Amino acid sequence: MSTPLHAVSAAPVGDFALRCSGLQRYLGQGDGRVHVLKGVSFEARRGQVYAIVGPSGCGKSTLLYLLGLLDQPDGGDIEINGQRMSNSDDFARTAARGAHIGFVFQFHFLMLEFTALENVMMPMRKLGRLTAPEMEARARMLLDAVGLGAKTHRLGTQLSGGEQQRVAVARALANQPSIILADEPTGNLDVKNSTLVFDLLTRLAKDNGQAVILVTHNPEIAQRCDVTRPMRDGLFV
Amino acid sequence: MLMSLSCTVLGVGLFIVTQATTSGFEEFFVKTLLGTDGAMRIEDRIQDTLRSMEVAGSPDFQIRQREGVKYIEGVEEPQIIMDTVRSFANVRGVSAVLRGNVQVSSSFKTEDGQVFGIKLEDHRFVSELERKITTPEGLGKFQESAGSALVGRVLADRLQLTVNESIVINVRGESRRYVVAAIYETGVRDIDKTRIYIDLAEARSLLRKPTGATFLQISLHDPKRAREEAAHMEEVLRHSVRPWQEREKEWLSVFRALSVSSAITVTVFTLIASLAMFNTLAMIVLEKTKDIAILRSMGYERRDITRIFLWQAAIVLAIGAIVGGIFGAAVSWGVSLVPLPINTLFKTEHFIVALSPWHFVQAITTAVVMVMIASLVPARRAARLEPGDIVRGTAQ
Ligand SMILES: Nc1ncnc2c1ncn2[C@@H]1O[C@H](COP(=O)(O)OP(=O)(O)OP(=O)(O)O)[C@@H](O)[C@H]1O
Ligand SMILES: [Mg+2]
Repeated sequence: MSTPLHAVSAAPVGDFALRCSGLQRYLGQGDGRVHVLKGVSFEARRGQVYAIVGPSGCGKSTLLYLLGLLDQPDGGDIEINGQRMSNSDDFARTAARGAHIGFVFQFHFLMLEFTALENVMMPMRKLGRLTAPEMEARARMLLDAVGLGAKTHRLGTQLSGGEQQRVAVARALANQPSIILADEPTGNLDVKNSTLVFDLLTRLAKDNGQAVILVTHNPEIAQRCDVTRPMRDGLFV
Repeated sequence: MLMSLSCTVLGVGLFIVTQATTSGFEEFFVKTLLGTDGAMRIEDRIQDTLRSMEVAGSPDFQIRQREGVKYIEGVEEPQIIMDTVRSFANVRGVSAVLRGNVQVSSSFKTEDGQVFGIKLEDHRFVSELERKITTPEGLGKFQESAGSALVGRVLADRLQLTVNESIVINVRGESRRYVVAAIYETGVRDIDKTRIYIDLAEARSLLRKPTGATFLQISLHDPKRAREEAAHMEEVLRHSVRPWQEREKEWLSVFRALSVSSAITVTVFTLIASLAMFNTLAMIVLEKTKDIAILRSMGYERRDITRIFLWQAAIVLAIGAIVGGIFGAAVSWGVSLVPLPINTLFKTEHFIVALSPWHFVQAITTAVVMVMIASLVPARRAARLEPGDIVRGTAQ
């Protein structure tokens, strides 16, 4: 891969990029109210790749939304790069999302009316650290890295599910976040592409000192991660 | 989007059309009445009546108290008043008019009428009589011969008169013969069927009023300021001065009511436009919740989301304003071609429209305010959605 991917400030490996402790989350109303997360504690170091595994419905996505500051816990603490986020306001959480977190959703990936390139550039536009040509160059480079260099100008609607997922991965990397949260990023991919995406994520973690946390049902992938955390019924086991 | 866009176009367009037509008729009416009866009239002399009363016990000491205002009909010293009036900056012209009720006869029949004695060189500046002459000979003959008269179209038709024929005017048993110098048509039926203009000197002798005038007709450079000027003149001249707004207030209030009622209709249209906008945006917000979650997950703030939706509304508004403006102008032009003969308050053959930039400004401002208010609600709702709720599908 060409230099820009590696040119990031190499943060000291071993620091905690993300910590959470005693996370509680209830979902649903009234009788349907479910205790989904029952006190989850977790920490992720820079430069490490973590796999969260577990049966469907055990609360993996719910945990990832909390860690990605997309949802608020009913109890417990979340720390992003040493900063406590669990009781900060929407503005601070939004800013932290933009600067520190790259998120890949489990199901919906792209803004379909936009091209792959525009999708990848969108987080950079908001952050505003790069000039327009720099953003475009970086977006092209990232799309190249996920094997979509030839389809940068396709609209979201003109891409397959797996291709959309890879664009979403590229987009999560756009702002060089210190934490990458990916909910089954290889779920829709064939062996070749899931290896491609996984290799990319691992290499980034190593080279840039990013913490990668991914949810996966694929044992092979889980096995290749630095740490695997099995989850059951809202708790790590 | 298309629905709200078309409603905006309709709202803006119809606003312009209705305002252009109502104000068209009103302006035309005002122009007609300014052109016939001038911006204001000085009619009666004001005399303060004072009541004296002796304070008890002291015969030298009197309290004088203004009891009321008495009007003495007519202007007794027209020349002095006219000279003073001409010194007002806003005054364009002033003309003394002597009026009297008469009977007019042609060889065909007799009608009631009113003689208006005028000095043409003065009256030119206070009315558009000159331009209302319909007979090709113009005013030449009237200017030359003191024994000639200007007759209104309706009266002329009733008496079956043409130019150069003669009429007999009868006042209190005395008859005089005049030649019809020209026929005029103001379009105001009441005028065209009664007024006969003759030379002022001739009228004095006919009506046996060697001095004085019934009223002074005044035209202003800026007729809108007639009220203020009238109040000022009344102070200075001690004569009652009636501005056109007061003279024609019944008709003016009819026009006002008309324009208010059409403004209401049109506001309803813009209201529908804003409801459509509200609906459209609310639907878009529902459709785009996932995109909202994605944007928010990338660090886009609440106000960014609001802005995106307001931007959509702004685009609709911009297109709506431009297309609506063109549509309004086009329809107004089309309406101005619709034949509509009127011959009572004023004379016209077709619809009158008066397009003014002000109508466009009003229409667009109304649309902007209403559509933006309607858009704000769904846009803010979109911004309040929690990304976590959206991805779980529990967003309200
Ligand atoms: N709105 C809700 N109301 C009540 N319960 C909910 C709601 N949303 C999710 N749940 C429950 O929360 C639990 C955790 O859901 P979550 O999506 O985190 O599971 P997951 O581990 O990601 O599963 P999968 O592997 O299938 O993606 C599930 O048992 C689900 O039924
Ligand atoms: Mg899940």
